[in-house]
Amino acid sequence: MAEAINTGSETREVLLHVEGLKKYFPIRRGVFQRHIGDVKAVDDVSFDVYRGETLGLVGESGCGKTTTGRTIIRIYEPTAGHVIFKGQDLATLRANEMREMRRSMQMIFQDPYASLNPRMSVLKIVGEPLEVFRLANKEERRERVAHLLQLVGLNPDFMVRYPHEFSGGQRQRIGLARSLALNPDLIICDEPISALDVSIQAQVVNLLEDLQEELGLTYIFIAHDLSMVRHISDRVAVMYLGKIVELTDRDALYARPLHPYTQALLSAIPVPDPVIEESRQRILLEGDLPSPANPPKGCNFCTRCPQVQDICEQEEPAFIEVEPGHFCACHFVTPATQSLQ
Amino acid sequence: MAGTQHLLEVKNLTTRFHTEDGVVHAVNDVSYTLNEGDTLGVVGESGCGKSVHALSIMRLIQIPPGEIAGGEVIFRGRDLLKLSDDDMRKVRGAEIAMIFQDPMTSLNPVKTVGFQIMEALMLHKGMDKASARERTVELLTLVGIPEAAQRVDDYPHQFSGGMRQRAMIAMGLSCDPSILIADEPTTALDVTIQAQIIDLVKRLQHKFGMTVIWITHDLGVVAGLARRVNVMYAGRIIESGPVKEIYANPHHPYTVGLLGSLPSHGGRTSARLFSIPGEPPDLVGLPPGCAFAPRCQYQTPRCFKETPSLEEVGLGHTAACWEKDKVRRG
Repeated sequence: MAEAINTGSETREVLLHVEGLKKYFPIRRGVFQRHIGDVKAVDDVSFDVYRGETLGLVGESGCGKTTTGRTIIRIYEPTAGHVIFKGQDLATLRANEMREMRRSMQMIFQDPYASLNPRMSVLKIVGEPLEVFRLANKEERRERVAHLLQLVGLNPDFMVRYPHEFSGGQRQRIGLARSLALNPDLIICDEPISALDVSIQAQVVNLLEDLQEELGLTYIFIAHDLSMVRHISDRVAVMYLGKIVELTDRDALYARPLHPYTQALLSAIPVPDPVIEESRQRILLEGDLPSPANPPKGCNFCTRCPQVQDICEQEEPAFIEVEPGHFCACHFVTPATQSLQ
Repeated sequence: MAGTQHLLEVKNLTTRFHTEDGVVHAVNDVSYTLNEGDTLGVVGESGCGKSVHALSIMRLIQIPPGEIAGGEVIFRGRDLLKLSDDDMRKVRGAEIAMIFQDPMTSLNPVKTVGFQIMEALMLHKGMDKASARERTVELLTLVGIPEAAQRVDDYPHQFSGGMRQRAMIAMGLSCDPSILIADEPTTALDVTIQAQIIDLVKRLQHKFGMTVIWITHDLGVVAGLARRVNVMYAGRIIESGPVKEIYANPHHPYTVGLLGSLPSHGGRTSARLFSIPGEPPDLVGLPPGCAFAPRCQYQTPRCFKETPSLEEVGLGHTAACWEKDKVRRG
């Protein structure tokens, strides 16, 4: 197929601009619920998402990737920072204005079993957004739901059925149909395939790609499966302990990762090829992820970094653009070291 | 084949579950052999019978509703399926150990991690408390728990996910088993922790010459770890062979599809993924013929009538497909 036409993002319209986003969850203790600390789930995250692209957001469990997605869409109220979507700062919007805004940003969730109400028929589930926003009468709604189901590759006759009658992959399609009901610009996909079997994952990923092409959608694709993220994303942001440590084009990231964490993460992915696996050198990280309630001083990654130096335990590295479009937060990756290479 | 004795020989193993919806044919006629020091990867998607086949070997199937309907599991010349419960208990843990996917639910939350490992040592090895404790600290150190002498008195909730899985491995290793069955031991873990665990198992295997059966849905993990692979679908082994053969030269359409549905490492990243149409079958009342036939691009009328059995397609490489000579990767 004509895949040669690269993402039509020559114009590079910024659809979503996230700046200094923080989400702290307070830790309270005792009878008076004294505030004794914070879980810094998202700690000063900034990035842009361009119209029509897919931004991959990867990281291990507890790195804050899901919280980032949820805070953008204001399921969680941000602790600080700005989320500017189509030129409007979401953080300053009132509840009813935000409600309008949510029409153009939707989310699909990881667990296809928990994200659909078991007591509602597919017609009701997929048609609910239309009902909530009073966009269609009953007949129109039916028609639109039939169309949406067709779009995601389900038989429109299934609309009278209930979620338990569907498999995981089919349910994920229903969730996708629901998110498409209001013609959104941006869909935040929160681990949409990680609960599915390998052969079904490919089906859903292909569907996401087809829909993007057809409807001009923009995705934030949150996942821990780096090989799938590589496949679907145009750019990728790597998170570690609440912060983005590296952000760049997909090909640059996988070909030449700069941050030591990205390097370790990429080397840890098992490759489905025994010949490559035999000769591969792994960077094995020691230890576990520190608690986001008590992150280490200095660089977040200093407790596990194979290249740690004194400065890493003292100062937090800035998230800087080391080469055009390639951002990294490490003391030892600077524009100067880049030009040397 | 008759002369050499295999460490483990599974013959026509068949396991069913009698449920309200009907009989679930979870494992159908599974046969293979394992030699000392082998690493076998068992691959397949959820519900393909890979875990149930392992639980059947360990005789950990709950009966009823389960039933090991037929077959033999010959371990060191004895059929495990015919052993008395008492004799089986002596095999389990001591000679064949199993570690599970979810380390949180397989550890007892109200007992210390150390106690749970010591328990096995005292029971199987007849050690006294002091020497069992000493050995436990050694084992925990071996699997990379820092400050094991202190951490031995921790409760499972004080361990992280990766540490719990390490503790489970320590428990599995405690009685020097000949076979370690690992049922998706890294699925719940992050990739960097997974890499640590795989590295650990490889080193331990090297050191103790253990035989490992590694059950997973992740073809990447198998590629790096196993020497032989069994691919399962709907309760059957549909392809089996040396790992490099299977990846380079798969002969069953399902294996081809599975490999094709993974994003490639390097190279054409924007190419469309190959996807197998349809869904895995319901194991209640499987229709006759090849279970993969409805999803298969090579299907012929024969596939819906007769079930193919494993036949040789290369050296030590077998596939169960009527059209196996036509199947090509890519």
